[in-house]
Amino acid sequence: MNNLLKSVIVVAVLLMVASSTLYVVSETERGVKLRFGRLIEADIQPGLHIKMPFADDVRLFDARVLTVDAQPASFFTVEKKRLIVDSYAKWRISNVETYYKATGGVETVARNRLANRVNNGLRNQFGTRTLHEVVSGERDALMEDITSDLNESVLGSLGIEVVDVRVKRIDLPQEVSSQVFRRMTAEREKEATELRSTGKEKAERIRASADRERTIELANAYRDAEQLRGTGDAEAAGIYADAYQQDPEFYSFVRSLNAYKNSFSNKGDVMLVAPDSDFFKYLQNQDGK
Amino acid sequence: MAWNEPGGGKDPWGGKRGNDGPPDLDEALNQLKKKFSSFGGGSNGSGAPDGKNLLPIVVVVLLVLWGLMGFYQVDEKEQAVVLRLGKYHDTLGSGLQWNPKLIDKVYTVRVTEERQYSARGLMLTQDENIVEISLTVQYNIEDAKAFVLNIRDPETSLKHATDSALRHVVGSTGLDGVISTGREQIAISTAEKLQILLNNYRSGINVVKINIEEARPPNEVKSAYDDVIKAREDLERLVNEAQSYSNGIIPEARGAAQRMREEAGAYKSQVVSKAEGEAQRFTNLYIEYAKAPKVTRDRLYIDAVEKVMMNSTKILVDTESGNNMLYLPLDKLIQEGSQSKLRSDEGNGQMIDRITNQVLEKLQRNVEPTSMERRR
Repeated sequence: MNNLLKSVIVVAVLLMVASSTLYVVSETERGVKLRFGRLIEADIQPGLHIKMPFADDVRLFDARVLTVDAQPASFFTVEKKRLIVDSYAKWRISNVETYYKATGGVETVARNRLANRVNNGLRNQFGTRTLHEVVSGERDALMEDITSDLNESVLGSLGIEVVDVRVKRIDLPQEVSSQVFRRMTAEREKEATELRSTGKEKAERIRASADRERTIELANAYRDAEQLRGTGDAEAAGIYADAYQQDPEFYSFVRSLNAYKNSFSNKGDVMLVAPDSDFFKYLQNQDGK
Repeated sequence: MAWNEPGGGKDPWGGKRGNDGPPDLDEALNQLKKKFSSFGGGSNGSGAPDGKNLLPIVVVVLLVLWGLMGFYQVDEKEQAVVLRLGKYHDTLGSGLQWNPKLIDKVYTVRVTEERQYSARGLMLTQDENIVEISLTVQYNIEDAKAFVLNIRDPETSLKHATDSALRHVVGSTGLDGVISTGREQIAISTAEKLQILLNNYRSGINVVKINIEEARPPNEVKSAYDDVIKAREDLERLVNEAQSYSNGIIPEARGAAQRMREEAGAYKSQVVSKAEGEAQRFTNLYIEYAKAPKVTRDRLYIDAVEKVMMNSTKILVDTESGNNMLYLPLDKLIQEGSQSKLRSDEGNGQMIDRITNQVLEKLQRNVEPTSMERRR
C-alpha cells in the first residue's frame, strides 16, 4: 500500500516536471521563448520543445493565414466620387521576432495597425483611379499594388506578410444610389417608350400594307368588272344592231310605242289631247276623215 | 491536478522549497516530509508484498485504458488529420484508426461532403448600374490538411473571397449582360476567380460550382423594368392586333373583289341575254310585219295608244270651235294626281271624281261654249 502510494507520487512528480519543462508547438503555431523577459529563441517550429521551468516563458502565436475584416470606409475616386468600400486583408506572421516586438504578440494590435494601413493604401490607390477602373478591370492591378506596398512597410515593421488585400464591396453612398436608380429608371422608360413606338410603327406598317392590298384588290376587281360590263354592252349592242338593221324604221316605230306605254303608265300623268289626232279620228266621225 | 493541491501547486518541490513561507504551509511541508520518510522506511514493512503485486497491475490497467482511448473511427466521408506532438504526422482515410491519446491530436474533416453557401447582395456593374444577385457556392474540402492547418476560419474566408470575386466579375460586365445573357458566364468566371483566391490562401477548399440563382434589378427600379417587359408585350400585342386587322380585311377585300367580278359577269350575261331576247322578239315580230305591214302597224299603234290612254289621266280639249282662253289648273291637277298616286288606292276614285267636278265647274262657269269630254 505504501509502495503504491509512493510510486503514484513519483509519477505525479514526473508529470509535473514534464509539464513545466516540456511544451508543444502545434502545426498551426509559431512561438518565441523569453528568459526572464529577454527573447532568447524566435520562430520556434512545431513539435516538442524543452524550456527551463520558471525562468522561461513561451508565447505562441497563430501562424495560419488570418483575416483583417476592415470596417466599410468612404473613399474618393479621382473624379471625386465617393464610394463606400468594404475590404479585407489576408495576412500571416512571417517574422515572429519582429511581430512580438512590434505588437507584444497581441493579435488585436496587429489587426488594427494592419487595418489602418490597408485603408490608407486603398485611399491612395482609389484617389488615383476612376470609378470605372476601380469597379471593373483594374481591380486586380489595384490589389496587387496595395499588397506589394503593404508588404514593403509591414514586413519590416510588424513582421507580417500580407497575402492578399481584396475589396469585398464597393457601394455608392445612399444619395448617389438613389440617383443611379433614377437614371436606371429613366433608361428603362426610354426603352419602354421605344418598344411601344416600335410596336405602333410595326402595327401601322402592317395595317397600311393591308389597306394597300385591299385597295389594289378592289381596284383590280373594279377594272375587271368594268371590262366585263363593257364587253357585255358591246356584245348586246352588236346583237341589237344586227336585229334592228333589218328595218330601222319599224324598229323606231315599235320602240316608240313601247316607250309611250312605259312613260304613261301612271294615273297621275295628265294628258291634254286634241281630238284631231290619228287615234281619235273615228271619234269625230265614222269615216275617219 | 489533485496531487498538486495539498502542496499548493508546483511550489513544494520547486524553487520555494527552502524559503520561508506562511506557517500553515510549513506545517504541511513537514507533514509531507514525514510521509516521504515513512514510505522509505515502510518498504521493508508488512505492506510491501501487497504493493509490489498491485503496482504493475495498476500500470497495465492504465496503459490498457489509455490504449483503448486511442481508438476512433473515421467515416467514409471524412479524413483525419493527425498532429503528433504538434507536428503534422499523417492524413488518414476511413476505417478504424488508432492514435496514442495525449501525444497525437486528431482533427476529422468531412471532405467528400458537398457544402453550400448562399449569398445575396446589391452590386455595381460595369456601366455603373446597380444589380441584385443571389448565388450559391457549392464546394468541398479537397485538402483536409490545408483546410485544418493553413488558414483560420476557412469558411469565412470563402465568404469574403466569394463577395470579392463576384463583385469583380459583375463589375466587369454590363447590366444587360448580368441580367439576361451572361448569367452562366458570370457563374463560371466567379468560380474561377474564387478558386484562384482560395488557392492563394491555401485553404484546401475546392469550388465545385457556382449557381447564380437570381440576377435582377433592385426593388427601387423594379417597376421600370417590369414596364419594359410590359412594353415588349405591348409591342407584340400591337403587332398581333394589326396582323389580325390585316388578316381580317384582306380576305374580305378578296371576297368583295370576287363579288364585283361576279356581278360584272352576271351583268354581261344579263345584257347579252336581254339583247338576244329582245332582238329575237323584234325579228319574230318583223317577220310577221313584213307579211302585212299596214295592218300590223295599225294594230300595234292602236294597241299601244289604247294602253297609254288607259293608264293616264287625260283631258280631251277641242279647241277648234273657239279661241277663248282656256284655263286649266294644270299644276293642281298634277299635284292631285301625284298625291293620289302616293296615297292608298282606296281614296283614289273619290279624289279623281272631286278633281273632275272642280274642273267641270270651272269649265262650265268660264268657258260656256266649250264642250268637254271626260273619261276615266
